[in-house]
Amino acid sequence: MNAHLLPTGSPYFSVPDTQKPERHTLSVLVDNEPGILARVVGLFSARGYNIDSLTVSETEHEKGLSRITVVTVATPKVLTQIKLQLERLVPVHRVHDLTSEGKSLERELALIKVAGSGEPRAEALRLADAFRAQIVDATTESFVFEVTGKPSKIDSFISLMVPLGLVEVVRTGLAAIARGPEGM
Amino acid sequence: MPEQMTGAEMVIEALIDNGVEHIFGYPGGAALPIYDAMFQQDKVQHILVRHEQGAGHMAEGYARSTGKVGVVLVTSGPGVTNVVTPLTDALGDSIPIIVISAQVSTTLIGTDAFQECDTVGITRSCTKHNYLVKSVNDLARVLHEAFHIASSGRPGPVLVDIPKDVQFAMGTYLGIDEVGPSRHKSYHPATAGDASAIEMAVDLMMRAERPIFYTGGGVINSGPAASERLRELADLTGFPVTSTLMGLGAFPGSSPQWMGMLGMHGTYEANMAMHDCDLMINIGARFDDRITGRIDAFSPGSTKIHVDVDPSSINKNVRIDLPVVGDCGLVLAEMVRVWRSRTNQPRTEAIAPWWKQIAGWRAKNSLGFKNSDTVIKPQHAIRRLYEATRGREVFITTEVGQHQMWAAQHFHFDQPNHWMTSGGLGTMGYGLPAAVGVQVAHPDALVIDIAGEASVQMTMQELSTAMQYRLPIKVFILNNERMGMVRQWQDLLHGGRYAHSYSESLPDFVKLAEAMGAKGIKCDDPAKLDAAIAEMLDHDGPVLFDCLVERHENCLPMIPSGKPHNEMILPDFEEDIGSIIDAKGRQLV
Repeated sequence: MNAHLLPTGSPYFSVPDTQKPERHTLSVLVDNEPGILARVVGLFSARGYNIDSLTVSETEHEKGLSRITVVTVATPKVLTQIKLQLERLVPVHRVHDLTSEGKSLERELALIKVAGSGEPRAEALRLADAFRAQIVDATTESFVFEVTGKPSKIDSFISLMVPLGLVEVVRTGLAAIARGPEGM
Repeated sequence: MPEQMTGAEMVIEALIDNGVEHIFGYPGGAALPIYDAMFQQDKVQHILVRHEQGAGHMAEGYARSTGKVGVVLVTSGPGVTNVVTPLTDALGDSIPIIVISAQVSTTLIGTDAFQECDTVGITRSCTKHNYLVKSVNDLARVLHEAFHIASSGRPGPVLVDIPKDVQFAMGTYLGIDEVGPSRHKSYHPATAGDASAIEMAVDLMMRAERPIFYTGGGVINSGPAASERLRELADLTGFPVTSTLMGLGAFPGSSPQWMGMLGMHGTYEANMAMHDCDLMINIGARFDDRITGRIDAFSPGSTKIHVDVDPSSINKNVRIDLPVVGDCGLVLAEMVRVWRSRTNQPRTEAIAPWWKQIAGWRAKNSLGFKNSDTVIKPQHAIRRLYEATRGREVFITTEVGQHQMWAAQHFHFDQPNHWMTSGGLGTMGYGLPAAVGVQVAHPDALVIDIAGEASVQMTMQELSTAMQYRLPIKVFILNNERMGMVRQWQDLLHGGRYAHSYSESLPDFVKLAEAMGAKGIKCDDPAKLDAAIAEMLDHDGPVLFDCLVERHENCLPMIPSGKPHNEMILPDFEEDIGSIIDAKGRQLV
């Protein structure tokens, strides 16, 4: 039977990719050693996965462990691959998908510089108070606010600062941890 | 008893401790201390190559034919960049090799020094793991760990980069048992499969009416015992067995249960059986795109079991019903045990209709070809080579292209570790150096590189290495004066416009062989082929055999891109091959 002799139209089932991309937060426990971040980031770029946010820092000095929190957007099938591919890396201990494993806490810190005087300056101060932002630097014509919370809270604070003289913003990216008594 | 020695001496000591007898390499400035230490011992034999790529492929051939780790030693900079191709090749085919690369001194790293390159950066994505050793006291541990990582779990290439000052520095050498637990407590390769999953797999096998074993390189990588268990399980069940390119030899090509290779250039019966089966038992294969064809039409009606040591292979390309994460050999042994505990009968009667259907597909004779009296057909040449070498221990390596597929189709393998080819990466130039590596490991065996005239020119300087170490490799070139597979695809996809796919200004291979001190043989007459092959096999030394074959022979059967398994092009096809693949298929490659 040759291909060109077959009638057109396929008698075979086909599985269109109906899965929708989802936003997930992964917590990756790794050996703190040179090049580990490059390995993780390189894996994402080499295999075409997305990184929305990435934070990394040593968390257990005695054991030489770091924790990487990475926020990615992918279909469930790709998310499974991301987890398994990360676990293939020799210095990776464990990967937890915090989004799919129950409830987790997500926090981010931002430093926000706002310049201005008169009523906008007073309004910025009132809003900072409402958002429980700290003033960590002040001059007669500027403030640097420190604000902590969920990314959505920081987003709204920043958008409120735009008309009040927003100069620049720096954000840490997401840190996340599972709720409840169990550790990773 | 820990000993004080230099870093360079530690390298040699660690090689000896890990059972290394041969190392393939090329010296250079940064590697000189290791070379000096090498010079002062005689336990590890160094094979001097002509190009570092050759060293890498030799180590791959050595590893694949012995099951041991192949070891390469190169200098910094160009020495390392030349070995990137074999590293990537070994990663693709899960071959355990270790590359020890020299680096400029730690004080010079980052200064754009002479022959400096970012070795760990360049090789990060083409190794299973890599190291830059900045302190001599880490060196022994890293080297022992490198051997463990390269050879365990899903095997792969590991690179250890050693700066020149670390090679000179004095430190304490620790043996394998003295280094303590691995630095990477995170590394836990899978071993035995989940017992209940194996029970379920046997349950499915005992109910199957149209089963097939689809086996891959994982069976070979697991060691000869895995091939033994596969044969046992096939005997017990009576199921048909097909294999990927990388898995050839795990199951005997002479068995009546053998279906031939599957995939793009696999047999009609293997691909049809894959398409129509009700139970697919994948042992150590990875649903590569050359195997599956159109993924949404791949084996639509089957329940799929997948045994793999690497969990990330499962559900990567094809949805799996029953995954078994574990070493193929151990899982096969357990399947054999469970099957035996249930029954001592193969499912002969239950699957008799299935075998009848298979017999119908086999009758298509999909590997058939029209032979000729006037010109040597490449398939015929390989069949004659196979007949001429039967009964001898023969190792076959190949380059990449039509000749590779014809070798896989027409040469038959009864033992694992006797077939060395570049499957995943498809590296032209792999075969000749791989043959050198195989011959180093098996000095008395017959080692043949089935080559194409285009591929062989990529690494043929290694013939000089074969001469130096008296390695009597045979290079059997199917010379069609074309990059045959490229030419075939240009016919299929690009209206027969042969953009740069013909070999012009070809060397006179006989004279070339003679210039290197080897023997050259040329044959273009089907009547003289057997005698010429006999002459090649009788010669005690390297031979370059220039076999001039039919220039426009197509490699068939073939699943064209964008088509499912049951829409193969068979050899009886006589119309314009360019009309088969539609515009959508052309995008897929």
